[in-house]
Formats: sequence, structure tokens, C-alpha cells
Amino acid sequence: MSVVIVDNGGANVASLRYALERLGTTALLSADPDCIRAASRVILPGVGAAADAMARLKRHGLDAVLPRLMQPVLGICLGMQLLHEHCEEGDVQGLGILPGVVRRLRLPACLPVPHMGWNQLAINTPHALLDGLGTGPHLYFVHSYALCPGSATIAQTDYGVPIAAVVSRANFHGVQFHPERSAAAGARLLANFLALEQ
Amino acid sequence: MLARRLIPCLDVRDGQVVKGVKFRDHVVVGAIETLAARYRDEGADELVFYDITASPSDRTVDCRWVERVARLLDIPFCVAGGIRSVAAAEAVLGAGAEKVSVNTPALTDPSLIDALAHRFGSQCVVVGIDSQTVVTAEATRYEVWQHTGDPSRARSTARSTLAWVREVQQRGAGEIVLNCMTNDGVRAGYDRAQLSAVRAVCAVPLIASGGAGTAAHFIDVFTQCAVDGALAAGVFHSGAIRLPALKRQLAQAGIPVRPCSL
Repeated sequence: MSVVIVDNGGANVASLRYALERLGTTALLSADPDCIRAASRVILPGVGAAADAMARLKRHGLDAVLPRLMQPVLGICLGMQLLHEHCEEGDVQGLGILPGVVRRLRLPACLPVPHMGWNQLAINTPHALLDGLGTGPHLYFVHSYALCPGSATIAQTDYGVPIAAVVSRANFHGVQFHPERSAAAGARLLANFLALEQ
Repeated sequence: MLARRLIPCLDVRDGQVVKGVKFRDHVVVGAIETLAARYRDEGADELVFYDITASPSDRTVDCRWVERVARLLDIPFCVAGGIRSVAAAEAVLGAGAEKVSVNTPALTDPSLIDALAHRFGSQCVVVGIDSQTVVTAEATRYEVWQHTGDPSRARSTARSTLAWVREVQQRGAGEIVLNCMTNDGVRAGYDRAQLSAVRAVCAVPLIASGGAGTAAHFIDVFTQCAVDGALAAGVFHSGAIRLPALKRQLAQAGIPVRPCSL
């Protein structure tokens, strides 16, 4: 098993690496197309601004590489958002692998933004990625932009508005929360991802 | 439903966790990793590590313990104290912290908040505010203090807390921790009047700090002040309040919490 974390310039991928290490997996951080193509699992992390992250992916030619990958791919937070068609933040085109537009959270006035903290998943479609998570597991979210639940959404959460929490189509998967910071439930999801069939 | 967060705060001095009353008279309560693992296992939703020696003595945070803690913890944690530059924040986040919290350095140079938010995103940038209630014949107001980690240098900035809360949000703060100094360490309850006043002008997550003594204090602050989380130190370190029991009591009071295990 070779796991590559796509290096898209974020400052804190350390917590993701440590979470994988706790599962017995050493991940490589790389922006090299050959290295990413050769991996058995690819994780697209993301903290920061969508435009910066997309610009960096393009600089390395990864906007062409990532959509053609055949192995399981997991986008986390901004990485999940970038799998989609368009991001309102910075008005930037995403990778276009999944349908949908990422928009700024528009919430009832009493709810703070960012959506920050532990929120519950409602599972819409059973999937190997979600095995063993039980009913209404809590995962750690922190984001100000989000997708409405759509055709690729397999689990959603509610924060005044419904939010796509887990998306999946073919070999591409994405989570809006941070599994690496989500205690046992997050560790289970990462383990499920590593165990997915090719 | 979004759970209300319970956040043990570990004051770190010379590589150990210490506890003082009203920022004075610190005693050692244990090793960083031992306490971090204990709170993780007991169901803490997040931890804050506050390096109380860093800011007053112009040191930056020692990233070695940050990395050790990051390897141990599978919940978010924030590091506060001594972060006065983008480079210092980058080192702490690079070592595995989820967020950094700035207090005195942001008062000295408010543009630090803008710079941190621009580089790392608002979600990484917490502004800590130490605030004192000032009662005069005319009115009650709230004033921001700085250098509170060092009693010999602690002083009022004469800034209005409410004005500062508004400013830090405009500059890109993603969360505010309001430490109500009058109540800190005395276990008589959170300063609900002040927290409610700040909540009214705070559109980002707000964390209550200072004064927790009983489970009822947590129930009161969540039901009356609409805070997103409650931070405490002494009552957790001493074992006077245990997180699993506290979460059960909060749940019984109708407050959404994350259960302690999967």
C-alpha cells in the first residue's frame, strides 16, 4: 500500500500524516505527477483558499492528472470542494470531477460562520467508506464554504442548512470534515478508505 | 446537530502543565502528554495549550512538544502564547496544531490577525481576549487587558472589549476565546452578562473562559449565552468535574454534546 498526500501548499498536513501513522501507514507528501499516478491511494488535503490551492495544482499539471486517476482518491475539506466544478471562493474553476458548485455558507443570522466543531452525519446511501460509523456519528468540521447535497452525496450534515458531508462517485470520494481530527469515527473512515477495493 | 464543545485548557510552562489562580501562584499539575491523552480518552472535544511563559519573556513556542502532542491526539488542538509572527504560526501549524491563538501580540500589532488569516485561512486563527469588567457610577463596561501571563506586566489597554471583538472579526479572526478575568480561577460561574454582550456582536464561534466550578455553570453558559464552547482548566485538572459525567448532565439538560466514544 502506497499512500500519497498531494502537496498543495497547505501548512498543516502533519495531523493527517500522524492519523495515517496511527493506522500503520506512512504517507508520502508529493506534487509529482508520476509519484501520484503510481500511488495505490491518493489523498487531496486542503486548508486555505481555493484559488491558491487550484493555482498550485495547475502549476504542477495536476489539474490534468487528478481527474484521470483510477485508484481510490479522497478529498478532505477544501480538497473535497476542489473535486467539484466551481468554487465561489475566489471564483475559481475546480477539477470538475464531481458535479456542483461550492458556495459561501448562507445561514440563519444566529449561526456563527465558520461552521466549526463536531456535527453529526446522516447517512443517505450505505457505502464501504462509512462502514462501522453507527448512527449519527460526530465528525469535526471547520469551513465557511460548502456544497448542497447532490447526486454524489452519500452522507450529509445539518447546520441551519443541509450540507454535503461525504460525496462519492466511482473511485473519487470526498469528506467536508477532518477525519484526521475526528477521534475514533474519523480513524474508522480513514481505515475504510485505505481498505476500499481498487 | 452541532455539538457544544468542552475544551480543557492546559497552561504550559517549561514543558509541564501548571495551574494558577487569577494568572498567579502556579503549581505543576502534570506532564503535557499524560494530561493530553487523559482528556482525549475522556471525551474532550478540543484542547488548548497555552504557553504562559512564551509571550511575556519574548520567546516563541517550543515546537517539539507540539509535535509530540499532535502524534498523540486525534482531536483538534490550539496553541496559544508566544505566536507573534506568520513564521511562528507556520511552525506551530506545521508541527500539527489545528489552530493558533493570539492575544497580546495582536493588541501590539493588530495587522498580525490579517496576515495570519490571509496565509492560513480564518479557520486557523483564534483571537484570545482577556477582559475585565469595569463598573462606574454611569455604566458597566468591559476593558481588554494585555500581558496577562505575567502579573508584573499585566495591564489594561483601555480598549473596549466590544470594539476589539468587532475589529478582530473584520481582520479575519475565525474564533474568539473570551476570558473574563474577574471570574477566572474562582469557580463561581462564567461571566454570563459579559459573554452575552460579546455574543451579540460576535458572528464567529465564541468560546467562554473563566469561572467554571460546577456542571450547572456549563449548563447556564450554554443555555443563556449561546456560546459555541466552554473552556476550563482547574476543575478538569483536579478531577472535580469529569468530562463523561459532565456530558451526560449537559445532554440531560437538552444541550447537544458529542458522546464520549464511538
